[in-house]
Amino acid sequence: MRVIGRAVPRLEDEPLLKGEGRFIDDIRLPGMLQAAFVRSPHAHAAIKHIDSAAARALPGVHAVYTRADLLPHLATEFMVVGLPSASYKQDLNRPALAGDEVVHVGQAVAIVVADDRYIAEDAAALVDIDYEALPAISDCRAALTASAPKAHGKSPHNLLAEFDMGYGDVDAAFKKAAHVFRESLWQHRGGGHSIECRGAVAVHDGMEDRLTLWSSTQMPHAAMRLLCDMLGRDENQVRVITPDVGGGFGPKLVFYPEDVVTALAAVLLKRPVKWIEDRLEHFVATTQERDQYWDVEVAVDREARLLGIRGGLIHDHGAYTARGVNLPYNSAENVPLGYELPAYRMNVKVALTNKVPVTPVRGAGHPQGVFVMERLLDRVARELKLDRAEVRRRNLVPAEKMPYSTQLKARGGLTIVLDSGDYPKCQREALRLAGWDDFPRRQAAARRAGRHLGIGLANFVKGTGRGPFESVTVRVGPSGKVHVYSGAAAMGQSTKTMLAQVVAEQLGADIRNISVTTGDTGTISMGLGGSNSRQAVMAGTSAHVAASKVREKALQVASHALEVAEADLEIDGRTIRVKGSDVTLDLGRAARSIAGTAGYTLPGGMTPGLEATEHVVIDAMAYTNGTAVVELEVDVETGAVRIEKLVFVHDCGRILHPVIVEGQLIGGVAHGIGNALFEWMRYDENAQPITSTLADYLLITSTEMPPVELGHVESPTPLNPLGVKGVGECGVVPIAAAVASAVEDALSLYNVRITRAPITPADIVTLVAEGRR
Amino acid sequence: MSASRAISVSVNGVRRDAEVPVRLTLADFLRQQLELTGTHLGCEHGVCGACTVLLDGRSVRSCLMLAVQANGRAITTVEGLAPADGGLHPLQEAFREHHGLQCGFCTPGMLTTLVEFLRDNPEPTAEQVRVAISGNLCRCTGYQGIVEAALGAAKRLRA
Repeated sequence: MRVIGRAVPRLEDEPLLKGEGRFIDDIRLPGMLQAAFVRSPHAHAAIKHIDSAAARALPGVHAVYTRADLLPHLATEFMVVGLPSASYKQDLNRPALAGDEVVHVGQAVAIVVADDRYIAEDAAALVDIDYEALPAISDCRAALTASAPKAHGKSPHNLLAEFDMGYGDVDAAFKKAAHVFRESLWQHRGGGHSIECRGAVAVHDGMEDRLTLWSSTQMPHAAMRLLCDMLGRDENQVRVITPDVGGGFGPKLVFYPEDVVTALAAVLLKRPVKWIEDRLEHFVATTQERDQYWDVEVAVDREARLLGIRGGLIHDHGAYTARGVNLPYNSAENVPLGYELPAYRMNVKVALTNKVPVTPVRGAGHPQGVFVMERLLDRVARELKLDRAEVRRRNLVPAEKMPYSTQLKARGGLTIVLDSGDYPKCQREALRLAGWDDFPRRQAAARRAGRHLGIGLANFVKGTGRGPFESVTVRVGPSGKVHVYSGAAAMGQSTKTMLAQVVAEQLGADIRNISVTTGDTGTISMGLGGSNSRQAVMAGTSAHVAASKVREKALQVASHALEVAEADLEIDGRTIRVKGSDVTLDLGRAARSIAGTAGYTLPGGMTPGLEATEHVVIDAMAYTNGTAVVELEVDVETGAVRIEKLVFVHDCGRILHPVIVEGQLIGGVAHGIGNALFEWMRYDENAQPITSTLADYLLITSTEMPPVELGHVESPTPLNPLGVKGVGECGVVPIAAAVASAVEDALSLYNVRITRAPITPADIVTLVAEGRR
Repeated sequence: MSASRAISVSVNGVRRDAEVPVRLTLADFLRQQLELTGTHLGCEHGVCGACTVLLDGRSVRSCLMLAVQANGRAITTVEGLAPADGGLHPLQEAFREHHGLQCGFCTPGMLTTLVEFLRDNPEPTAEQVRVAISGNLCRCTGYQGIVEAALGAAKRLRA
């Protein structure tokens, strides 16, 4: 391998370091206007009347549009995006702008377009809306009770969907069990909080009747399809382009009201329009992950071997379906993954609340499933007086059983097969790096000094590289430059560098000769975009196959031109060379010769064009796994938790770029620590958000972040030719579980049980006080 | 609508005279009027640090300052860090070498914050670097690459 597996410099870095990136808010077009949205201050209310006369009259204001103004121009006002599932009880799609009812704080009611954002916000404050406040439902458990206020006036109840997942004879397993333990757990994950908020810039070319939308989206092709559906336009009349994206983390995969409304405003006003989300809007109008409540039981035999798990999950869905039931599906699916569990049954209820819709944040429900299983395993260890790592070792899927067919079905119906890996080895290695066996001595010494040290661990397995495909075109231009176009979407994970590496491996080994275009629907017809740790797996595979075909053809052309065997040729930069000689043919020359000359046959009877487009289909997912061990200190007086050491050993198959992989993992770990200790999107009982600044909602900062020690195990997956598994979300997945395990261990003197995440200082002080009584 | 004032500032060593609305923030002045879009806005309430610029050599949040308050002062933005004759500032080089950036959105604020810090603390410990950037949020890197880059740059700047 000349490029793959090496820490080549990233293509993305230099412009970003010099302040020359082009993010959504950096786009300026001649005559561009700026938009602000008027949003509901109520969690639930009826709209009686909207008076926008004063706003329209303000100098510098070009338009105020409400639903009534837009409706004549919309083929449909609804964003129909829910992933298929038989479990839905209600279809609740988001409208572009609210009609006669608002169902969460922050819901868009009107758009104001003005000369600049300052004026637009002045005018937004002048839009007079007569609301009649209605009872709101805030808690997803209360939402399912008979007397609960309905999140939507027209809904019969607040149950959005319900399904059961599982296999085996669970009740029989519990009957024969030596021990049964029960846990009630609350888990919360907050928002995405990319440091760049969302944004949209739209321009309509009236001459050509073409609409271009720049959007900070993770899914440009989905955005294009929705714009076509909602605006009644065809694919040739809409182009979506993603500029540099300042972090995605999940919520940017969603298509939003602001995207379509900004686009339509540009059409109606015949002027470019820009809308840039501010942080307050990000808190109330961008999707989040939020709350899950679990009641679960585990059955084990005398040796702590798992016999069965059963229980129920209530999942907060928010007010609309902005993605589907995939999140609780992932959570429930993830509980048994990685362990040999003979019988399983989970009832999942998805509840409507008067809050912004819930969709995946980095990790997408998987951390919650891991948390449930790992909390149960800690409970088993404690009750049976066994080492926590030993309980896991007895139950992990052993390496010799790979590939391991589970009895679970992925959301598309395929049986989940764990494709490769050595889970016990990852755990062993993590324990070794963390000094697990020696920890009791460290803990005892600390206790003598009045300090409370704890250690905890968690294993995870996560499906990555969700199919069915990603599209990639590889084309050698007449200049000799290699152009790569992909439906993949870059948002900071080094996607362009990754694709350039894979292509350069076949075509000259010089990544500076590879030009990568991602996230532009004008350059490739299909694409699924960035989610689910999928891009290196899916786009990487298509890039590899396409580049291999282009290489083969380049060598055929050169073989014909230079009259040597293909096996005697190599590609170096922009040059095809006869090995060990100075006889060469430029790649650009090869491309020209096969681009054809009118009236002349193509060389060697070859097909035209030095290019290939691939949409390699891989339905099965590649399962990444790993183990996290956390050592921390708890201050029992203040409740503060300080992580002293964090070891993370993982297996993402073949590593394409070691430094990028480490960066993805450590960033994910940081996110996981935030979920374990800090991030909490709070609402009051009326579903009013009460953490809507970054001073109230805490993201982890550099002083809380411990150094992370990484260990790599490489088991290439047989599912794709690169052997690669996804890594983007994996760092997050086991962290909350490992931190909970460690906090509980640190506070074992006080008999503290951790049944929630995040774990706040106030929780710890309370739990310690209870333990002291 | 809102009153304007004439201001004169030095930005990255170049004198800029402008008529600005009194309520225009320094960040919007830099980004919109001067088209220096390297300074980023992540929260507009002074927490994330992405908009950090140097004002007479001291780091400030350009989202919390008005353009008129910068009258007569010298401002350095991320665009002013690299040498005019090409190449990168040693800190920028170190960020690239240590993977101190992923999406790059917080990077301008990290760089300006650390330029000031390394000037005042040429031999910092890792812990001091962590404290120095504790007012700058990064959602991608987990800060590890940034801390290593700052330490690497300090070494390079001392040499």
